[in-house]
Amino acid sequence: MNHEAPMWNDAFGISWLDFNLSNVLMMVIASTIVFIVCVAATRGLQRRPKGFQNFMEWLIDFIKGIIGSNMDWQVGRMFLPLGLTLFTYIFVSNMLGVVTMWAPHHTLWWKSPTSDPGITMTLAVMVVVLTHYYGVKLKGTKEYGKDFTRPLPFLLPFKIIEEFANTLTLGLRLYGNIYAGEILLGLLAGIASTSILGFLGGFLPLLAWQAFSTFIGFIQAFIFTMLTMVYMSHKVSSDH
Amino acid sequence: MQTFTGLFVLGASGLNVGDMLVQLILFLVLLALLGKFAWGPFMNMMKEREDYISNEIDSAEKNHQEAIEMQRQASEELKKTREDAQSIIEDARKTAGAQERDIIESARKEADRLKISARQEIEQERDKAVQTLKDQVASMSVMIASKVIEKELSEKDQEALINQYIDEAGEER
Repeated sequence: MNHEAPMWNDAFGISWLDFNLSNVLMMVIASTIVFIVCVAATRGLQRRPKGFQNFMEWLIDFIKGIIGSNMDWQVGRMFLPLGLTLFTYIFVSNMLGVVTMWAPHHTLWWKSPTSDPGITMTLAVMVVVLTHYYGVKLKGTKEYGKDFTRPLPFLLPFKIIEEFANTLTLGLRLYGNIYAGEILLGLLAGIASTSILGFLGGFLPLLAWQAFSTFIGFIQAFIFTMLTMVYMSHKVSSDH
Repeated sequence: MQTFTGLFVLGASGLNVGDMLVQLILFLVLLALLGKFAWGPFMNMMKEREDYISNEIDSAEKNHQEAIEMQRQASEELKKTREDAQSIIEDARKTAGAQERDIIESARKEADRLKISARQEIEQERDKAVQTLKDQVASMSVMIASKVIEKELSEKDQEALINQYIDEAGEER
């Protein structure tokens, strides 16, 4: 399993700008799939829903439930698109690595974009920055600042540490789960493709692990969205 | 910048600033596009359905109220109509009774009148018949008498007859 990443270091001659082209490819693919599926689902919307529209409306209600369990719906409704996009994008990204992996010439091209810490951390940082942004926007700078000294002023350092810890755990939890799943999938696939005996031994565990990875992919997308809303509610709600 | 890669032993390929930028931009673009083209229409549709259902419930409630009101009116109307019909039948029955009595009365009067006039007529006819008979008997008796007289009337007989007449005439006075 010593696959190389298709790196493009020092792009455009800028020393700090490195691209992992496989990540870029998979992010584009995941975004495209999410966009096409979700927009296709809006074709022929009816007042009496059927088929795929039912599923999408169930998904919307599901995210509504996540938001509603964390904050007042009057405030939370503006985060519905964020929650939906996060959930669908992360879920599709997770699934991409479960469905198949593709590494021609020992270069890992096809994988989950979420099995890269940089990408999950980007999402996590974006989410936490958004929580701070909406905290300031909805409660005002003064209230937002005061929240760091509640319930007791000496908790201020811990509150600040908490923000970084939240960010780090949010991003690395997703990364760790998906990356570990992919490593094991890769190993099992490697065993299964070596010999007939290996195929017999590796096929069933591979099947089981793919099923489990699907489950993990769903759960992680759910947890990421849920925690986003939890952190968001910490910043925008005044009743805790 | 491979120092990041060194820091993160976890990473398969480390942290690449380029990936991060791409991810951030892609996600924000996806968020904007989906918000406009997918979630927007969905939420509009769900809102519209919500409104539609609440309107339908309102109008159903209104219709129900109206139906109850109309049913009440209809049953009232029915009751009134039934009463009207009853009174009409009653009137008709009364009128019919009165008419019946009138007809019977007039028929009886007519019958009486007819009876009386018939009786008068019979009487007249009888009187007439008696009169006629009387006349005929008188003339016949005169005729018979003249015949008898013509045939033979002895002196003796004539005398006796004359006496008899005279007697009779005297008695009648």
